[in-house]
Order: sequence, then C-alpha cells, then structure tokens
Amino acid sequence: MDALILQILNGLDKGSAYALIALGLTLIFGTLGVVNFAHGALFMIGAFCAVTLNKILTLSHTVVDETRKNFLGQPMELQVPYVYDLFGEDMGNTIIDWSVPMAILFAIPVMVLVGVVMERGLIKYFYKRPHADQILVTFGLAIVLQEVIKYFYGANPIPTPAPSAFTGSFDFGALIGFDANTIIYPYWRLVYFAFAAMIIGAVFAFLQFTTFGMVVRAGMADRETVGLLGINIDKRFTIMFGLAAAVAGLAGVMYVPINPPNYHMGMDFLVLSFVVVVVGGMGSLPGAVLAGFLLGILESFASMKEVIDIIPGINQIIIYLVAIIILLTRPRGLMGRKGVMES
Amino acid sequence: MLGLEKKDFTLLLIVFALTMLAPFLLNPFPEGSAMAQFNAGYPDLMQRFVIFGIFAIGFNILFGLTGYLSFGHAAFLGVGSYAAVWMFKLLSMNVLPAIFLAVVMSGLFALLIGFISLRRSGIYFSILTLAFAQMMFALAYSVLTPITGGETGLQLALNDPRILGTSATATGNIPVPSLFGLEMRTTADLDLGAWGFTFNVGYYFCALVMLVAFYLSIRIFRSPFGMMLRAIKSNQQRLNYTGLNPKPYTLAAFVISGMYAGLAGALMASMDPLAGAERMFWTASGEVVLMTILGGVGTLIGPVLGAGAIKYMENIISKINSDILHTWFAFLPDGLEDFVVAMIYPFIGKGWHLTLGIIFMLVVIFLPGGLVEGGQRIARALRGRKTTDDSGKSAKTEPAE
Amino acid sequence: MGILEVKDVNKRFGGLKALSEVNLSVKENTCHAIIGPNGAGKSTLLNCLVGKLIPDTGSVMFDGQSVLGRTPHEINQMGISRVFQTPEIFGDLTVMENMMIPLFAKRDGAFRMHAYESVSAERALIEEAEAMLADVKMLDKRNMHSASMSRGDKRRLEMAMCLIQKPKLLLLDEPTAGMARADTNNTIDLLKEIKSKRDITIAIIEHDMHVVFSLADRITVLAQGTPLVEDTPEKIKGHPKVQEAYLGEAH
Repeated sequence: MDALILQILNGLDKGSAYALIALGLTLIFGTLGVVNFAHGALFMIGAFCAVTLNKILTLSHTVVDETRKNFLGQPMELQVPYVYDLFGEDMGNTIIDWSVPMAILFAIPVMVLVGVVMERGLIKYFYKRPHADQILVTFGLAIVLQEVIKYFYGANPIPTPAPSAFTGSFDFGALIGFDANTIIYPYWRLVYFAFAAMIIGAVFAFLQFTTFGMVVRAGMADRETVGLLGINIDKRFTIMFGLAAAVAGLAGVMYVPINPPNYHMGMDFLVLSFVVVVVGGMGSLPGAVLAGFLLGILESFASMKEVIDIIPGINQIIIYLVAIIILLTRPRGLMGRKGVMES
Repeated sequence: MLGLEKKDFTLLLIVFALTMLAPFLLNPFPEGSAMAQFNAGYPDLMQRFVIFGIFAIGFNILFGLTGYLSFGHAAFLGVGSYAAVWMFKLLSMNVLPAIFLAVVMSGLFALLIGFISLRRSGIYFSILTLAFAQMMFALAYSVLTPITGGETGLQLALNDPRILGTSATATGNIPVPSLFGLEMRTTADLDLGAWGFTFNVGYYFCALVMLVAFYLSIRIFRSPFGMMLRAIKSNQQRLNYTGLNPKPYTLAAFVISGMYAGLAGALMASMDPLAGAERMFWTASGEVVLMTILGGVGTLIGPVLGAGAIKYMENIISKINSDILHTWFAFLPDGLEDFVVAMIYPFIGKGWHLTLGIIFMLVVIFLPGGLVEGGQRIARALRGRKTTDDSGKSAKTEPAE
Repeated sequence: MGILEVKDVNKRFGGLKALSEVNLSVKENTCHAIIGPNGAGKSTLLNCLVGKLIPDTGSVMFDGQSVLGRTPHEINQMGISRVFQTPEIFGDLTVMENMMIPLFAKRDGAFRMHAYESVSAERALIEEAEAMLADVKMLDKRNMHSASMSRGDKRRLEMAMCLIQKPKLLLLDEPTAGMARADTNNTIDLLKEIKSKRDITIAIIEHDMHVVFSLADRITVLAQGTPLVEDTPEKIKGHPKVQEAYLGEAH
C-alpha cells in the first residue's frame, strides 16, 4: 500500500509536466487547429528563463578584501553579486535563493511575448496549409530554438536549485498514518504538483467564467459559426497562443529544480506530450490533463522494481504501449470529441 | 529504354554518371589548398550520401506519394542494421545474405507496424509510427540487449560462428564485410598533380545498389500502383467510391518504404559492421523527413538531393571553425573581420544544426517543393529571359536536372 | 422487380428518426428522382445505398444482392457509381490520370499491385479514356491539372469518371447544387445525352424542380423520412399532398 502511494506521488510531478504541456498543445490545436511541434521548445525556453534569472541575480563584481589573504598571501578577491549592493547581503542571498519561484514573474511576459511573436510571425501563415506542413515548419522551428539555446547556454545541463526552504524531503507516510520513512517525498515535487494544479485550475476557470474564455470555447467547438457572429476570433486566438506558451513556459520554470535543464529537454518532453494529447483525445482539455497525470503515474508504476522483475524494460515502453492500445481501441482518445482530426 | 520513358531514362543516366564520377566531382579542389575542406570525395562520406539517398527514396514512396507522414521510419533502418550484423555473425561476411535478411526483416516489421498504424490517418498516424519507433528504440536500447547489444550496440567478435565463413582471419582478426571476397574497405588512390581521388569498393557497391533502388522507384512512380498512391493523397473518398480499397495500397507503400530503410540499414552495417540503437531514435526518423522535404517531396530526384545536401552540410559545415573563418575574412579590416566572423560563427561547426533548422524552415515556408522546385524556378527564370513566350508547360512531374 | 429495391428501411440518429419505413423500387434503365424538403432524409437514404451508413432495419438489394454491410468500394464494384454534391475528383492528378483510375478499378478490382508496369503502356485503357473524354468534350483538357479547372468542368470530369466504369446504377447527389442557370442547363443536357446513349439507371436526389422535371421518369417525394408518393412527373406536379408538403412551402 505504501509503495503504491509512493509511486502515485512519484508519477505526479512528471504527470504534472505532461499535463501542462499537453494542455497548451490542446489549447493551440483546439483553437487554431495547428499541430505545434515547437511546443516542447516553449517548455524549454521557460526552463531557461529560470536559468537566466538565476544568472542575472548572481551577476557579480570583484571586490578586494584586504582583511583576508588567499593561499599566496595576497589580498583575497571576492565575487560579490550586485544584488548584495542593492539589498544587502542577507536580503540578497534570499533573493538568489528564491530565484526559481521569482522566475515565474520574469517568465510570464517573456513567454507571452515569445508565443505572440511565434503566432503572428509564423504560425498564422500556416492555418490554411495541411497539417503535415504545420508539423514540418514547427518541427524546424523547434530545432532552431533549441540550437539557439544551445549556442547561448551550452550543451550541458545547468543545475539551478529550489529555494533552500523546499530542498530536502519530508515523510509523507508518517502524515497519513504509515510507518515512518516508508513514503519519503521531496518538498519541491509537492510544490510542483500544487503549482501545476493551480495553473490548470486557473486556465479552466478562465475559459469557463470569462466572456473571453466563453468565446474561445465556442470557437473551439465551431469556428465558423463564431466567426459569423462577427466576433474577431483571430485576435483572441493569438492571445490564446500566448497563454498556451505561458503555461508551457511556467511548467518549464518550475521543473528546473527537478531536472537540470538542457537544450533538448523540450524535444524529450514533446514526444511524450504528443502521445498524452492523443491519448487524452485531440482537442479535449480535460482529456489532456487526465491523460497527462494517468500516463505519468503509469510510468512511475512501471518503474517499480517488482514490475520490472516480471516484465523487464516495461518502464521504457509503457507509455507508447498504452498509446497504441488506446488509439486502436478508442480512436478519439479518452475524451476526444467527434470529428476532430478524423479525416 | 529499360521500360522507362525517355525523360526518366535520361534522369537515370544522369544519376548514374554522377554517382560513378562522384570521386572526381566531389573532390574539385587540390589537396592542401584552402578550399580542400570542401572536398567531399572521401569514401566514408560518399557512402553516406548514397545510403541515406536510398533511405530517403524509400521514405518518399510513402510520404511523397501517399502523403502519410511517418515519424518512425528509422526503426526499420535499425532493424536492417541489426539483421545484417547478425548475418555477419552467424553466416558469413558476404554482404548479399546480410542485405537479403535485412530487407526481409524490415519488411516484416513494416508489415506489422504499418498494419496497425494505418488504421489511423493524419496526425494520429504520425504519432502511432513515432510511438512504435520509440518503443523499438527502448527495446533495442535496454530490454533486448542479448539481441541488440544494448547501449554498446551489436558488434562482431572473434568467436562468432560464421558457419559459411571463418570466425577469424589467418592473422587472428575479425574478417571484414565483402562481396564474394572483394572487401568493402578496399580503396585505390589516384593522384593527378595536386589533386587526389579515392575509389572505394564499398562506395561503388552502395552506389550500384542505390541506382537499382532509384530505378525501381521510377518504375513505381510511373506505374498504376504509383498513380493509386497519388490518388490516395489526393482524395480517398473518391477512391473509395471508385471501387478501390486504399488500405492495401497504403500498406504496400509502407512496407516498400520500410524495406528501402532496411536496405539502407544493411548497407550501413556492411560498410561498418556494427549496429546501435541510436540509429532508431526519433531524431533519426526526423532526419529522413528533413532530407525528403529539403530535396523535394514527391519528386523522383529530390530525396537523393536532400540526403546529399544534409549529409554534406553535416560533414563540411560542422568542420569549419573560427580559425578557418578568420583566414577567409583576413582581407577585411580587423574590426570588421572580427564582426563578420562573430556573425557567422553561430551557424558553423557545432552550430550546423541551427543552419539546418533555418534552411529547413525557409524551405517549408517558401519552397514547399524543395530544391527541385527551386531548380525549376531558376530554370524557368533563365528560360524566360531567353525566350519571352514561356509555354507554361506543366512542371509538376518534371524532374529537375 | 427493380434493379434497386429498398424495403422497410429505418434509420435513427439518437432520438431523431431520419428514415422510417422507406420503400423504393428503381426500375432498370429509368431515371428516378428523389425529392423532398431539407431534412427529409434524402442524403441519409443515399448514404444507406452506398455503404456509408447502415440502416437499423430493412433491406437494400441491388441487382439481386444485398448491399448492406458492404464497404463503399465493394458496392462500387457491384456496379453503383456516385456523383457528389461538390465534385469529388483527384485534384492533384491530371484529367487523364483521373480517368485511368476508374478504368484500373474496373479491370483489376479493389486492389491489385501493378508496381512494375507502366501506366503509359496501357494503350487499350488510354484509348478508352480518350474516347470517353471526347464524349464529354474534354479531350483538349487531358493534360490539365484537374484542380485548376472550373467547377463545371470538374462536374463533367466526375461524371465521366463514373460513366467510364459502365455502372448499372448512377447515383447523383444534387448535381446542380450551387450552379448558375447556364451550368445547370449544361448539366441537364449532359445527363439527357447520357440517358439517351447508354443503358443506364439513374437515381437522382435534387432540389431544383427544373432539373427533376426535365430528367426524371419517376419521382419519389420524401418528407420527414417517409415516402409520401411515388409517381410520374406529370402526376407529381398536380398532386395535392406534394404541393402541401414540398412545393407549396419551398417555392
């Protein structure tokens, strides 16, 4: 029992990332009808927003400290971040420590901008072209984006820690009445899950309770009719693209402490997120979220030693296997709507 | 000629001449000159040109004709490589049985995967093929290590049985792949003044195989079968109501293109007898998509051009470094030289993928017909300048020279 | 016995009864029109004939065989060809290639792998296609990219593609929908010519009364999924029930 709970928890953080990326993919697909292979790159750019903010905050200048000597007996040179000068050392340290959550504020405008530029500059010219062309051009864009990141940040993963308050783990098992040390769960993963749940909730609330969201939902259901009502859908859809980009970007920002980001993380997640979208049902937002968490948890169950002992390597292939089975038995995915991408 | 129309036969002859003379054509610069780094006439690279050419020709039969975009074709290339290496281990170092088994095995895999994936179309088909290929990659990489060699890949060993050959040579080495004793790695060098040319048995073998593959693809393009495939891309509804069943046609195209991929994989293993899972990774599948699009999807010669262009860039652009750039732009004033070098630097060396991505995007956006369409446009512009009355002849099936 | 016999066909979509107790008999070598207001079930009925939909109950017999449970391509192979509301042709192919495909389907069946033969070596089929194109006055357009043609020409090509298969039954789904008067008249002339020259049965679904009364030998009026009356055009014109259900309201 405790092992099961542990696996579910372990699946939640990856599942959260899948769900957030898949949510954005579905939003874009549902509203704009575009299959966006560059969506993983948005996730990656979000992660590098966190890295960038961390780098900015730790920008330093050299100070010579006459009171201390280095091993050659010369005055010691210290690297002092500029934030120390601005806020003092304690406050400065706190700020640097909290760089990842603060990157959210930094990432939102950056991601919205990236998303809007992408949509206005490239994607909008592909609305009328076949899906294969959309896949190809966004695939090309994904390559370009990841190479640009590689040029500026190098090929190696860049570790960027979570705030010290959230490093380490806690005993989740003890909280819910199991023996101590049976379910140990890192704080940050819980934070990530809560964050993801919040974002997902916010997106759904936005679509459900605002006029803007209502129009977008109507547009997803039947674009032509809404267009006939004289509502300018295109402008709203541009904003939706920005929103989807921001969701993917925020997923990336917060994922940084879990896995140090590298330039190809976007592609790694994209392939799986596409599988998630298809399993959830192309164009279904709840389907994307549900499938994201389900597959995340499933993957984590398949990685259990007991399971691997029976079917070696199942953890490597489980998601694809499930996707194949679902696509063949339920062509529209778990919650897909009729008539979406069926031609 | 050979059952081809004159136009197609001419194209085949041109490709024949180009591949046979490739060692000369690809080494136009004297050795030791500043431009020598643009020479591509060395066996390893020339082999890759034709092998990936075969891969792309096959992919084009599926994607170019039927419009079904597979994102998992590298899986069949991998199957071909593994099958070929196993033949080298068990039977003999002769490449023919290896190629035979590879084509058969990849065909069987393609039949199975195609049968399931083709129950869906559009993006679903792409995702299904991607999922299958990733699954096969994962299996090859870890689960099936006894068969695939896992992370290290499948390699030959001195104690392999090779029942029709020898486990080890007289000198105690692992034997090398050959065609009835003619070793693939045999090369002859020709020096003409400052120029040096290398002739490699492996390259010529691959080139001949590619010519056969190319010839067969022309036959398919011009056959009733090829026409049905184009009809599938054009209008499946009409095809259904014309009394034709699109499924077996598409599946046949899928299997044929899978066999082409297996053939390419076998040739790779014949040039260098090892096989690794990374050949099946989805980026490898993406690469063949890039090649086909870049060259010109749905055209005869496009995929070969695309494969050549990408492999050339990969090898040549990635070798350029900032020192070389500085020597090129040495004629500029210092500040300007540094600036120009700094501007170009991101696109060369390790940054060649960036160049590739940008070129690919530009092609998809502005030149959906790829290099072939580009060539046609240029040819038309030139012709238009000479004679003002362009007859506007349908250029659609006209292959580029 | 007609060549097409529809017996007691019912079809429901959820709560909506699209067809109820439809009986229809189309005699060989006649032109039978099915008319009715929007939502009368005309398209549903047509889709039941070609295998796109399967009726909940009832039977559809063509030439003595049931079509139920067969796929569209199997039904076509039995001898039913269909012309769509908006012309469905192979837009990426040339006019000539468009004509060759039905010929191959007729000769080789639903699937046959001629991957090594050359299309241009099929002299007999090419001549047949050329004769047909000459018949519909399109021979000069043989090498045209078919997507670039006018709508009228596409319609002509689609008819030629259907006719070249020598179908026993030609189904026309509002062939003049959205056409200008001149084009409509051209289409009527083309169909009249087809009728007079060939042994062919035509079933036509149509909105345009002008078309129906120029072509049909018999007319079935469908309303709310049920046939109201079936009779000759002259009788239908004066039928009070029809006036009430259809003509009175629609025109």
